[in-house]
Amino acid sequence: MGRYVIRRLLQMIPVFVGSTFLIFFMVYALGDPVAALFGDKAPDPATAARIRAELYLDQPLWKQYLHYMGQILTGEFGTAFNGQEVIELMADAFPVTLRLTLVAIVFEIVIGITLGLLSGLRRGRTVDTSVLLLTLVVVSIPTFVSGYVLQYLFGVKWDVVSPSVSPAAPLDELLLPGMVLALTSLAYVTRLTRTSLAENARADYLRTAVAKGLPRHRVVSRHLLRNSLIPVVTFIGTDIGALMGGAIVTERIFNIHGVGYQLYQGILRQNSPTVVGFVTILVIVFLVANLLVDLLYAVLDPRIRYA
Amino acid sequence: MRGRMRTPAALAVCAIGVVLAASGCGGGAGGSGTGAVRASWGDPQSPLEPANTNEVQGGKVLDMIFRGLKAYDPKTGAAEDMLAEKIDSSDQQHFTITVKDGWTFSNGEKVTARSFVDAWNYAALVDNKQKNASFFQDIEGYDKVHPAQGTPTAKALSGLVVKDERTFTVALRAKFSTWPDTLGYAAYAPLPRAFYDDHAGWLKRPVGNGPYRIDSYTKGSQMRLSRWDGYPGDDKARNAGVELRVYTDSNTAYTDLQAGNLDIVDDIPSTQLKNVRNDLGDRYINQPAGIIQTLSFPMYDATWSKPGMEKVRRGIAMAIDRDQITEQIYQKTRTPASDWTSPVLGEKGGYKAGLCGDACTYNPDEAKRLIQEGGGLPGGRVTITSNVDTGSHRVWMDAVCNSVNNALGNDQACTVNPVGTFADFRNQVSEQRITGMFRSGWQMDYPLAQNFLQPLYYSNASSNYGKFHDAQFDRLIDEANAESDTAAAVGKFQDAEKILATQMPAIPLWYQNGSAGYSANVGDVELNQFSVPVYQRITVK
Repeated sequence: MGRYVIRRLLQMIPVFVGSTFLIFFMVYALGDPVAALFGDKAPDPATAARIRAELYLDQPLWKQYLHYMGQILTGEFGTAFNGQEVIELMADAFPVTLRLTLVAIVFEIVIGITLGLLSGLRRGRTVDTSVLLLTLVVVSIPTFVSGYVLQYLFGVKWDVVSPSVSPAAPLDELLLPGMVLALTSLAYVTRLTRTSLAENARADYLRTAVAKGLPRHRVVSRHLLRNSLIPVVTFIGTDIGALMGGAIVTERIFNIHGVGYQLYQGILRQNSPTVVGFVTILVIVFLVANLLVDLLYAVLDPRIRYA
Repeated sequence: MRGRMRTPAALAVCAIGVVLAASGCGGGAGGSGTGAVRASWGDPQSPLEPANTNEVQGGKVLDMIFRGLKAYDPKTGAAEDMLAEKIDSSDQQHFTITVKDGWTFSNGEKVTARSFVDAWNYAALVDNKQKNASFFQDIEGYDKVHPAQGTPTAKALSGLVVKDERTFTVALRAKFSTWPDTLGYAAYAPLPRAFYDDHAGWLKRPVGNGPYRIDSYTKGSQMRLSRWDGYPGDDKARNAGVELRVYTDSNTAYTDLQAGNLDIVDDIPSTQLKNVRNDLGDRYINQPAGIIQTLSFPMYDATWSKPGMEKVRRGIAMAIDRDQITEQIYQKTRTPASDWTSPVLGEKGGYKAGLCGDACTYNPDEAKRLIQEGGGLPGGRVTITSNVDTGSHRVWMDAVCNSVNNALGNDQACTVNPVGTFADFRNQVSEQRITGMFRSGWQMDYPLAQNFLQPLYYSNASSNYGKFHDAQFDRLIDEANAESDTAAAVGKFQDAEKILATQMPAIPLWYQNGSAGYSANVGDVELNQFSVPVYQRITVK
């Protein structure tokens, strides 16, 4: 088990280097950001040259990358154009997005698995059909539509929540955005749980459990659900990374100043320290989440062992 | 739901909100004190140094915490003395400036002649990398502190001399009669010693001499300002303070305004323009701002600048149906342009409707005839280039192209060349890589006709992207700048504009309006010529 974890952690190093270089290269390929800093006016050449020198932009790409990586290794993530340290931006943004992601994941788990369980246990009945219909509708509505509509209904029409989230982003204000963010994945979790349940319901071990005379709630919770959750856990695990990085739309709609907001600003202003720094952290989140999912398999399924 | 509800009905809803969303209703984290104005904001692009802020979001703050020698009247745009007691000159080139007595920064430091001279020297010195450094290029000694290449040979502008505590003199490199009127621009603000002594600390919480003080500044999310009671000027704040909140999406700000969560939105999203009158009624402002949108021709390209092509350029200008585009696409938040300045200047300031003449009046038949007479479009076609990441540029470009194509009866004649990002577009423009027309917008720095003409069309001027060159035009601008009488100067500027009308190096498209909406909670909301709300005049009910 320990060796397996170490091997996985070591594998992260090349992935980390490769992904940072790719992102760095892509932001670089967008072109020189300095001209845009001057708005509609022509940049003053002398000032622009000084700014380029300060940002290390007058060097060739490989030198810029080495300089940047050297800085990162000493814990220096560079500064955004507004003079803020990227590390400071991260300290502000990641907790907010993490909270939002947690809210979304909790919605996914609680509502998704419950609905999946309901329809899986009552296959072919009205509950099953209506849940199927509901998930189809949810999956087919893009996030920005559901986001604006729910924001308008809850925030303006019924006036029960604030349409935007305050800078501190406390948990209660994140309930609606978290719900919007979770909606699509929630539908997938529901479908996945239902299918998985339906398959395992016909398994031999389940018939054995029923034949042994176990009470129904024990059959469902210990035997059926536990085995059926393996694919669901995989999905939710990878979804953590996707939600953190993919919250750009939701964060924009509800004016949440999290990772998506900072990435959006960074891309718009072509500030490579911001973009590369944030994406690098996201890459690490992805890798760690995947590792955790793999380790969880062993817990859920005793047949899986890591040597 | 955060507190700040005032009516009983709202309080009831608030109670429901507590049950439903388990949210606190009494003065949440984002709440501000009573009597404060809650306004939408965008994240300033640069640190808030006066000479380093060249965009409107940072400008909003500087407008509240700084007062310069001059200030522009929000209604008329006239430059009026603020900290300047008098600005004298006998030759329109050497100025003696006297600063009013009794002004201090909000930290108690006196505002003296040195506060200005030091700030201007800091702005001009190339080592300080201030983006507005070029505003000081008219002052004697600029080339020493801001050489095009290499290290500066002087630390201070030789043209600035402090005479006594309240007097200093300015020597310009050339005659510039309206130069004192440019001094209302934020880059010319005075700075306290704290700016130099503790620069990092000052940037965290800038200190100025305006009607507001900054209480707290969380970069990227919000700023709270409160009225400075010791402010000596006449334009004291009429509200207790302003809370600026950063929005990434103007739609969200608009929704917040509708929900009573925000008092002022100064950027109505284009998707809401159709509904805004229904939603807000007379709480919607739509008035001209000092912004003009034009299409520039690449005059550096011989195919466009050779003799005879002016007919083609004028023909294209004539083929654009400005009325229809401003009405259909912009819901009249743009006004068809018929000169190269802006209506906010007023007749006296140099704006003259219809100066462009026939060329800016839609006439498809005449347009077709003119273009053919001039030898037709180069290669039979023309492109319009712009960035399309912001400002719904794609939409109007398509409309302009359609208009041109309809006039020419050829749907391949004009095509749109979209560029992904603003930075990329800027680079293509400054490296002269564009071979067709390209978008060129201009937001004025100060309300003077000179600002709409000289930086854009004077030979080798800083923002003359198309590299238009006309000796006669340059001569008229020089003469206008040397003219001590404003009316005579305006006449010369308009003569210069007439050259633009015949040469057509850039097609005037439309004047951009400032639009804003406000809640029933506030009153006396107005926009100045820079389409920024005049915060200190807003009253809270």
